[in-house]
Amino acid sequence: MRLATAHEPPAFDPLHEPTTPAVLYLDDISVSFDGFKALNRLSLIIGEAEMRAIIGPNGAGKTTMMDVITGKTRPDTGTAYYDRGRCNLLKMHVAEIADAGIGRKFQKPSVFESQTVGDNILLALKGPRGAISSIFGARGRVTRERILEVLERVSLADAVFKPAGELSHGQKQWLEIGMLLAQDPKLLLVDEPVAGMTDAETEATAQLLKSIAKTRSVVVVEHDMTFVRALGVQVTCLHEGRVLAEGTLDEVSANERVIEVYLGR
Amino acid sequence: MFLAVLAAMAIVVPALNLLLPPASLLHIPGQTVELLGKYLCYALLALAIDLAWGYCGILSLGHGAFFALGGYAMGMYLMRQIGARGVYANPLLPDFMVFLNWKQLPWFWHGFDHFAFAALMVVVVPGLLAFVFGALAFRSKVTGVYFSIITQAMTYALMLAFFRNDMGFGGNNGLTDFKDLLGLPLQAPGTRAALLVATILALAGSYLVARLLVTSAYGKVLVAIRDAESRVRFLGYRVENFKLLVFTVSAIMAGVAGALYVPMIGIINPSEFRPEASIEAVVWVAVGGRGTLVGAVLGAVGVNYLKTVVTTGLLAPFWLFVLGGLFIAVTLALPKGLMGAREAIRKLMNRPTSVPSAIPEAAE
Repeated sequence: MRLATAHEPPAFDPLHEPTTPAVLYLDDISVSFDGFKALNRLSLIIGEAEMRAIIGPNGAGKTTMMDVITGKTRPDTGTAYYDRGRCNLLKMHVAEIADAGIGRKFQKPSVFESQTVGDNILLALKGPRGAISSIFGARGRVTRERILEVLERVSLADAVFKPAGELSHGQKQWLEIGMLLAQDPKLLLVDEPVAGMTDAETEATAQLLKSIAKTRSVVVVEHDMTFVRALGVQVTCLHEGRVLAEGTLDEVSANERVIEVYLGR
Repeated sequence: MFLAVLAAMAIVVPALNLLLPPASLLHIPGQTVELLGKYLCYALLALAIDLAWGYCGILSLGHGAFFALGGYAMGMYLMRQIGARGVYANPLLPDFMVFLNWKQLPWFWHGFDHFAFAALMVVVVPGLLAFVFGALAFRSKVTGVYFSIITQAMTYALMLAFFRNDMGFGGNNGLTDFKDLLGLPLQAPGTRAALLVATILALAGSYLVARLLVTSAYGKVLVAIRDAESRVRFLGYRVENFKLLVFTVSAIMAGVAGALYVPMIGIINPSEFRPEASIEAVVWVAVGGRGTLVGAVLGAVGVNYLKTVVTTGLLAPFWLFVLGGLFIAVTLALPKGLMGAREAIRKLMNRPTSVPSAIPEAAE
């Protein structure tokens, strides 16, 4: 269990070499909506090139946690740092956080349906993102090879000229993961990537995420236990806005409280 | 193709109007030139709406306000051109100010003696309003129907303000009784033909600007915002900046349309700010097919031609029903408007005959 380390105060002096090796460091985060505590003193640390699976019942705070990390929701209390303590996430705008290298995949596949698969990747590719500069072609200079390279990783290279709206549900999920890769992020937040996928697609997605996690940190929220098992990574179970248990899937699923609130007897 | 049609129109219509004697069969009467000019001003307004709505999903129901502001800026210049030829023959003040017993020109009327200043204001006033309004709305993430409603409120508030005599824009009557534009008599056929050509040039120029915007990478981001705004946001784009730019450009185009409209029609009054006027303009775009630019122009000209025909005939009292019916019919039967229908027919024509049997029927 890693929970113990989460409460050590890290040094966040930007002038000095950061001391926390964590890519993502959340400490004591609380968010409440009209009195309902969506997150209750949540602490979580994700290391470099670490993949973590997050499980937990509905309303456990999984999506709110992603909202806090990506700057969509500001917590009432707590600290959130990214990239070895270099970035204070609570002081950054959504676009700045994305630009700093945190990519987020939504639960519902969210791609640009009326544009081609290739253009979807083009829009996601790292590069200048200004409104004015885009008129004069700053985006256009990105190479075709780079787009195909990303599409090959998510097995969509053949569909490069196809409108994204014509893809199957599973392919849209992959395209969105491809868009995240095109952003070249350090940390990927992936919300229920295999919901609605066939078994074969689920297996392929597990392989894809594992290969991504060789060089990047990945946080996966998922209900599908077969999939979580296939990932074979550390699991964090959230409940009522805080960490209930952390460890391997076997450890977590043996935990009395986890069985009680989530897995069922 | 679209530009070629505009170019042909710019040459042929004035030529047939000015060069042929009225008795000739091919002669185009001055009234038709005026009507065409009016339609094309509406077409430019529709193009502006389509740029923001069709490509970025920003449904403004207040574009009539930008159109009217551009019109007022031009109207103020035209008022100053009247000089001492007004009913009260006051060389310093427009008639309505004399009537209100004002002694001096309000500060915001200064500068409108010069065409260049007025032309600048045609662009700056709608552009600035759109910029400030858009900055507040887009930064606060006001989207969809909520945005549409506040644009309605904006144009309604401006209408009420311009109705007041104290505002200094002629109140209820607005600005009218214009004499010249750049020293040319407004009623002369030559001036009207020149105005038509100017309108065509403005429409063509705006079309090119819009095309440039939507075909660039910027346009791809706009469409992406339309289809999945939060995805774009989480990819690291400042969505509000993209929206603000397209909304401001669109408002400027609407202002130019209004400025060309006023000398053609000869009057500008607060009724141009009517909320219904903005909604009607959105219907033109929907009928033509949004997100196509050319469709917006076709829709504006087509619906307004229909309006001219209907409101001068027996159906006159029922125009709004006709318009409403048209909107419902298009929404149900042609969700992509006239351009969508053209596209669908073209696709059906190109299909090989071996495809399902239902298709030939649909092609008829």
